[in-house]
Amino acid sequence: MGFEGIGASVRRKEDHRFLSGNGNYTDDINRPGQLYAVIRRADRPHARLLSIDTAAAAAASGVIAVYTGADMQADGIGGVPCGWQIHNKDGSPMAEPPHPVLATGKVRHVGDPVAVVIASSKQEAKNAAELLSIDYDDLPAIASVRDAVAPGAPLVHDDVANNVCFDWHIGDKAIVDAAFAQAAHVVELDLTNNRLVPNALETRSAIGDFDRSSGEFTLYTTSQNPHVIRLLMGAFVLHIPEHKLRVVAPDVGGGFGSKIFHYAEEAIVTWAAGKLHRPVKWTCDRSEAFMSDAHGRDCYSKAAMAVDAQGKFLALRVSTLSNMGAYLSTFAPAVPTYLSATLLAGVYTTPAIYAEVKAVFTHTVPVDAYRGAGRPEATYILERLVDVIAHDTGLDRLAIRRLNFIPKDAFPYQTPVALNYDSGDYEATLKAALAAANWDGFPARRRAAAARGKLRGIGMSTYVEACGIAPSKLVGQLGARAGLYEVANIRVHPTGSVTVFTGTHSHGQGHETTFAQLVSDQLGVPVDMVDVVHGDTSKIPFGMGTYGSRSLAVGGSAMVKAMDKVIAKGKKIAAHLMEASVEDIEFKDGRFSVAGTDKSKALAEISLAAYVPHNYPIEELEPGLDETAFYDPKNFTFPGGCHICEVEIDRDTGTVSVVNMVAADDVGRVINPMIVEGQVQGGLAQGIGQALMENAVYDSEAQLVTGSFMDYQMPRAHDFPPMITSTETTLCTHNPLGSKGVGETGAIGCPPSVINAVVDALRDYNVRHLDMPATPQKIWSLIQANQPRMAAE
Amino acid sequence: MYDFTYTKPSSIPAAVQALGADIEAKALAGGQTFIPVLKQRLNKPSAIVDLADLGLRGIAADDKTITIGAMTTHHQIETSEDIKRMLPGLAKMASWIGDTQVRHRGTMGGSLANNDPSACYPAAVLALNATIHTDHRSIAADDFFQGMFTTALEPGELITAIEFPIAEKTSYEKFRNPASRYAMVGVFVAKTAAGVRVAVTGAGQGGVFRHTAMEQALSANFSADAITGITTPSDGLNGDIHASPEYRAHLIGVMARRAVAAA
Ligand SMILES: Cc1cc2nc3c(=O)[nH]c(=O)nc-3n(C[C@H](O)[C@H](O)[C@H](O)COP(=O)(O)OP(=O)(O)OC[C@H]3O[C@@H](n4cnc5c(N)ncnc54)[C@H](O)[C@@H]3O)c2cc1C
Repeated sequence: MGFEGIGASVRRKEDHRFLSGNGNYTDDINRPGQLYAVIRRADRPHARLLSIDTAAAAAASGVIAVYTGADMQADGIGGVPCGWQIHNKDGSPMAEPPHPVLATGKVRHVGDPVAVVIASSKQEAKNAAELLSIDYDDLPAIASVRDAVAPGAPLVHDDVANNVCFDWHIGDKAIVDAAFAQAAHVVELDLTNNRLVPNALETRSAIGDFDRSSGEFTLYTTSQNPHVIRLLMGAFVLHIPEHKLRVVAPDVGGGFGSKIFHYAEEAIVTWAAGKLHRPVKWTCDRSEAFMSDAHGRDCYSKAAMAVDAQGKFLALRVSTLSNMGAYLSTFAPAVPTYLSATLLAGVYTTPAIYAEVKAVFTHTVPVDAYRGAGRPEATYILERLVDVIAHDTGLDRLAIRRLNFIPKDAFPYQTPVALNYDSGDYEATLKAALAAANWDGFPARRRAAAARGKLRGIGMSTYVEACGIAPSKLVGQLGARAGLYEVANIRVHPTGSVTVFTGTHSHGQGHETTFAQLVSDQLGVPVDMVDVVHGDTSKIPFGMGTYGSRSLAVGGSAMVKAMDKVIAKGKKIAAHLMEASVEDIEFKDGRFSVAGTDKSKALAEISLAAYVPHNYPIEELEPGLDETAFYDPKNFTFPGGCHICEVEIDRDTGTVSVVNMVAADDVGRVINPMIVEGQVQGGLAQGIGQALMENAVYDSEAQLVTGSFMDYQMPRAHDFPPMITSTETTLCTHNPLGSKGVGETGAIGCPPSVINAVVDALRDYNVRHLDMPATPQKIWSLIQANQPRMAAE
Repeated sequence: MYDFTYTKPSSIPAAVQALGADIEAKALAGGQTFIPVLKQRLNKPSAIVDLADLGLRGIAADDKTITIGAMTTHHQIETSEDIKRMLPGLAKMASWIGDTQVRHRGTMGGSLANNDPSACYPAAVLALNATIHTDHRSIAADDFFQGMFTTALEPGELITAIEFPIAEKTSYEKFRNPASRYAMVGVFVAKTAAGVRVAVTGAGQGGVFRHTAMEQALSANFSADAITGITTPSDGLNGDIHASPEYRAHLIGVMARRAVAAA
């Protein structure tokens, strides 16, 4: 065994299982007597449901049941709940229209579930679903936020005026207005953050099961947070108490946020299993996923920065329209508000910020958190705006950033938009990125590219984000309907191996390795002797799942606390066995020793004594070596860094190639550098994907145009250059590990660096801004429309 | 997919008979277009007649022609030494179709019978004026393509082979649809003793078409410069979220010049 503790690039324990086909995903699970559910979805964006004739479907071969929204209503089934409540500027709560599990009255987006057919085979269920005869009365529909708030726009929910779910703000408007009045420059920018389809490799799946002897329900589901699903579905939708509802999220093949939320299909299969007393499985087709997985991003912002003559930022004003889709998904209201507007200070000392957000209903799939959740949107606004300030004022984009950086001795730093950054060193990551990208050598590369007929550009983004969302008390004040602590149970077995039960969930991040390393480091147990268990509410105390890069910063901190308890108890047992005083016991590298002597005992000897307490301080100490800790964070963590992108544009076709991508990030303490690099690369791939390729397009009638991979451009491996990643560490000051989080940094920092590079490449074509994705057609049109200001260098 | 019966006949007459006996029966080649269509339930054949055992796989060359069996895969075409030497544009075209898996299953016969307006092969077949041999006749390329997803094939008629005349120069350039990676605009240029032919795929509303203005210019002077000034009218071209008709018209010029320069 080589070094396996904190800082070692241990190979991922779970990968052999995944890569050899031995993973256990939801769709791999089959329960005895299982039935198959197929959902008939709305093929139109907005219509009154006049009637659903189920007779032919119900009579079809193999069909066991056909249910509609009316059946669920008759059973008193609740709507899909929202987990976050935002308040309007006037203090009133947001509009929370009902979100029926199966549509009743109206359908409100293409993909809205209308009826479910349950049959002995998936084939029979599909055949019968086609026999459902649904009578619709079509209504006009809108897909874009700007159309939705236009006067006279069709309403998504009859009682939500102007389609506005809430109208929220943060910051001091008066101070900001005053600063704008004084400013040497006011630089304005309108931008759209394009809508994305998450497209996890594994589509969603759910199996409902009901045990007639115990009366217990089990839901197997593709979820990032099984306890939250149990809470939401049990308490609000199906009215099943927690002790009768088990939720299992086994191996999950990617989520990127889309598997955080409680979805209608989970409730449908669980409810149907209870009615039919048979297991019911539903597995999403890929085309179904495009119209039923919560989408990401989709907002339109008007931003303005007041700047003094030297380039110092004086005040920032941002007004955003954010698309919620047709219904509120679990965390949707938090995304454009507390996860985005609070990040608008970025890495800068901007003293006054005012942001307002109107969340808007449209006839589209619900929109919710997607890798980065709000922070990519804030970063995109800010980092594009900084480059546009440089463009408009003639100041240097690098110099402006440096001039406005929060200096490293200014931490903890209170921003004007609520957050308090604990640590960071933005100059360090900037320097590392500049060096790795050879920023100074760019002009020569641009000339060389011009000689080959290519337009070359370079762009950067310096960003900060907020992870490990918490503390519970604070998020409660901000509207979260849940706590945001994490739990860990560390079970040292009699012979010294360890099982970690964590409330976080892994859907590809490598937790089984990272957490095992953490245990190995703290308890001196080899990584092979540590197993990590997650994703089963019957095994794990109440945990909050994985999103917002919280698993190590919050979940890992709970593990450290639990391991501290293990060590403290172990010391008492060791003191008894070695007839020493507890104060003299030291624990290091898996051994308890008596200070100043050569007496010592291995952890396995202590654990054996704990479970076979023949010689044991039984009067003072309970047997066993099994400790649980809950950790509620004191603050968010604040990863940050600098991303630099270099592109070349083919002038004839408008095609953009990313020729270099550099990320220098501060993610706090790194447990496994290889896994961190993988997380950064994956995030950068999604960032480049958003900037250049991915776009969920609805037409003006709210039909989803990009309903498959034939039209939705997923990035492919060859679209990416080799990525140069590195870390510069400042420790998080308030959690025991000093870790900040790395799951989303790539997707957050990268997109503006790409667009900044594209705009830089087009500098002779008088381009100030272009919206993502920068497709060949868009670039070609810009080149066509703008004759060069001068001959290329 | 819907239920169907499956047969795998071992002779062409048996296959033709199986297809002729049942108007709802359909041929299956590599399945790379057909199976996705079945999975989406967009087609409901009663029977599937697999062409795999008809002996239609293979490439034969003499000094005037290359004949490619209908069931020959894109992979076989891209790696054939004869094709690489004698019709390099066609080998390159095959190597750019889909991905490795698609190229190992998909066939030239399947692609031509399907005549997807953004498929690649129609451009090579039309530019080279290849002959399409079927179970009972031969069809010139000029007569074969009849608009998107429409060909001269009669119901139940099977393509057995495609016969290409050897050319002095062949070249293909493809601007991929950013999402599907089919041809958004593909241009095949062939220079033969009979002159130059230029065929454009991916762009036209009616599928593959010949670019006569470019053909004339290139027949006089086979160089990229000769077609620099030639524009393509955008009416009749496809427009979608990835490319307007105007952008496609522009790309036809770019791809054509690049194809000629690389020929
Ligand atoms: C991911 C992906 C990417 C692709 N990219 C490209 C691309 O870039 N360029 C491109 O050109 N194509 C592309 N294709 C399509 C590919 O080339 C297919 O192989 C081809 O279109 C169909 O060939 P097949 O052998 O798979 O035919 P099948 O799918 O089996 O059949 C297609 C149709 O032709 C009929 N048919 C098949 N063989 C015959 C025959 N001998 N006689 C009469 N009728 C017949 C069938 O009945 C069916 O209707 C792609 C496909 C995929 C899945």
